Amino acid sequence: MAAPSNTAADLSAALVTAPMQVDHWLVILPVALCIGLGAILMMLRDRTAMHGWIAVPGLALLVLIDAALLYKVANEGPLTMVMGRWLPPFGIAFSVDLLGAIMALAAAIVALAASLHALGEITTSGRRYGFFPFLMLLLAGVSGAFLTGDIFNLYVWFEVLLISSFGLLILGSEREQIDGALKYAVLNLIATTLFLVSVGYLYAVFGTLNMADIAMKARVPGNAAPLMTLAGLFLLAFGMKAAAFPVNFWLPASYHTPRITVSALFAGLLTKVGIYALIRVLVMLFPIERAGLGPITAIVAVATMLAGALGALGESDVRRLLGYVVISGIGTILAGVALGSASGLSGAIFYALHSMVLMTALYLLAGQAARLGGSFSLAALGGLYRQSGWFAGLSLVLFFAACGLPPFSGFWPKVILVKAALDMGAWWIAAAILLTGFLTTIVFGRIFLLAYWRPKSAQDAAAPQPIAWQAHLPLAALAALVIGFGLFPERLLHLTQLAAAGLDDPSAYLYSVFPGGAGTQ
Amino acid sequence: MEAVFATLVGLFFAAAIYLMLSKFSIRIMLGIAILGNAVNLLLFTAGRVTREVPPIIPAGADTLNADAANPLPQALILTAIVISFSFLAFLLVLTYRAYQDLKTDNTGKMRIAEPEERPVPPLGY
Repeated sequence: MAAPSNTAADLSAALVTAPMQVDHWLVILPVALCIGLGAILMMLRDRTAMHGWIAVPGLALLVLIDAALLYKVANEGPLTMVMGRWLPPFGIAFSVDLLGAIMALAAAIVALAASLHALGEITTSGRRYGFFPFLMLLLAGVSGAFLTGDIFNLYVWFEVLLISSFGLLILGSEREQIDGALKYAVLNLIATTLFLVSVGYLYAVFGTLNMADIAMKARVPGNAAPLMTLAGLFLLAFGMKAAAFPVNFWLPASYHTPRITVSALFAGLLTKVGIYALIRVLVMLFPIERAGLGPITAIVAVATMLAGALGALGESDVRRLLGYVVISGIGTILAGVALGSASGLSGAIFYALHSMVLMTALYLLAGQAARLGGSFSLAALGGLYRQSGWFAGLSLVLFFAACGLPPFSGFWPKVILVKAALDMGAWWIAAAILLTGFLTTIVFGRIFLLAYWRPKSAQDAAAPQPIAWQAHLPLAALAALVIGFGLFPERLLHLTQLAAAGLDDPSAYLYSVFPGGAGTQ
Repeated sequence: MEAVFATLVGLFFAAAIYLMLSKFSIRIMLGIAILGNAVNLLLFTAGRVTREVPPIIPAGADTLNADAANPLPQALILTAIVISFSFLAFLLVLTYRAYQDLKTDNTGKMRIAEPEERPVPPLGY
């Protein structure tokens, strides 16, 4: 069994002796801020009225920090901060490259929108159950997963976000929620345990847990068989987290049960963390094995896309329908991973960012629609267009973006992915993406037809509840993002291309972890 | 020694998977408990299982003896044990609560969130 080599070690080379540069603290600031705020909110558990007014500015600050981090990483390349006095590969490092920074920023934006929405939606009892502390700790887990450079720490952050998500999921303890939470908890726990098994084997093979170190050692050709098994295990574990096809049924069973803000957060964040980890491990750490697993990933991707779209067609409850749309989005991202070319990967990253913002917005929208129309069921909803013209227009924008119609943000990543698939001769992946887009258009067309254009039947015309500003603002802001990146995609496109290039050739990432080339022996 | 441990880990995994395939939530919980221990043993074995070689760096040397056990996996297990233990505790409470509220521990009958007879989406208006 492997272990660190027995070469005579110069210990002074492994110690940090210079003081940390001030700007390097940016790397851990998002995590530290979230944990700190979560702790403060827990201490203030008797004054729940204050929770929202601490959490919202805190998350706004988080958005600013993540934006600063992204700015720094985009200008200066990947950053690494080492804890304690030990340098990698012995010490635990936080490393952030463009992919991690951009995903962390999107996660912070999504969480800010959800927390604003929560101000109006989460009642006193929800606050007593600890909605806002759980939200902050969830964000700590998500940010940690995006920013860490150590694969065992990735496991720990996964557990942090998992336990917070359990707390959020059973907020209110209704029978439906307990049923959904039980399935969600068991399957996600098994997935993380599988991940831990893969980490154990990874350590047995390479004798290191630092991702940059693993990336270097895995690029040396040699022991192919255990690495293939490892990559397969990672694919299964992260596929389960991300709700990829054969292991996706926990998602539509649970995502419609919690409060709509919680559903929106989950749809925006949790599956995307799984897919981020999949991209990080398969593309950056095991590029050779990813190519070998390409056909399997492609089949899983196509099956996920179609299963999601067909599932959405067969649902009459809007929230449950959106759960299937989340799944088909995951399939589209997986298609980019399966292609593995630079343009395919940049399309996948673009789609992941688009999907984070869009799915949150769609769930918030469903919450508002249910408030106006009094139900989540397509059979009962009706007349929304007559009630509020601008709300219908906003919905149409988000629906178009979800179907991948121009000029909204869903269009560009699909174009890139289809083109990347055709370039590689994988016409069936391109066909699956287009077919999924077509089926999704039918799904959302039907929602618009039934819930917005159909006149409301007289007998169940409950008095519509007015929408508060706390609900308008995040929805409008997320829609503005969707429109903005649809009309001016160049900047984001450039960033995602750089991020994909950084995964394909992680030498800048490696240099940031090992500036002296210390790990190259 | 490693062969014995590897066999044991395999047995644990087999028992865990068998139990987790059951319909009854309490058996699934037992399966998860065994699964957690299987993973801990696996990590433990990855760090070399030896007897009577203390992990102490001898005088005049820079590194451990080659046949000493690697302490890092044992540190990892410590984290993993804490996490899997707390999760198991949470899941046991959740299962008990589900049994109280749903009046069954048969996962085939837990259909509150996904009722078996769901309405077909409206086909027209």
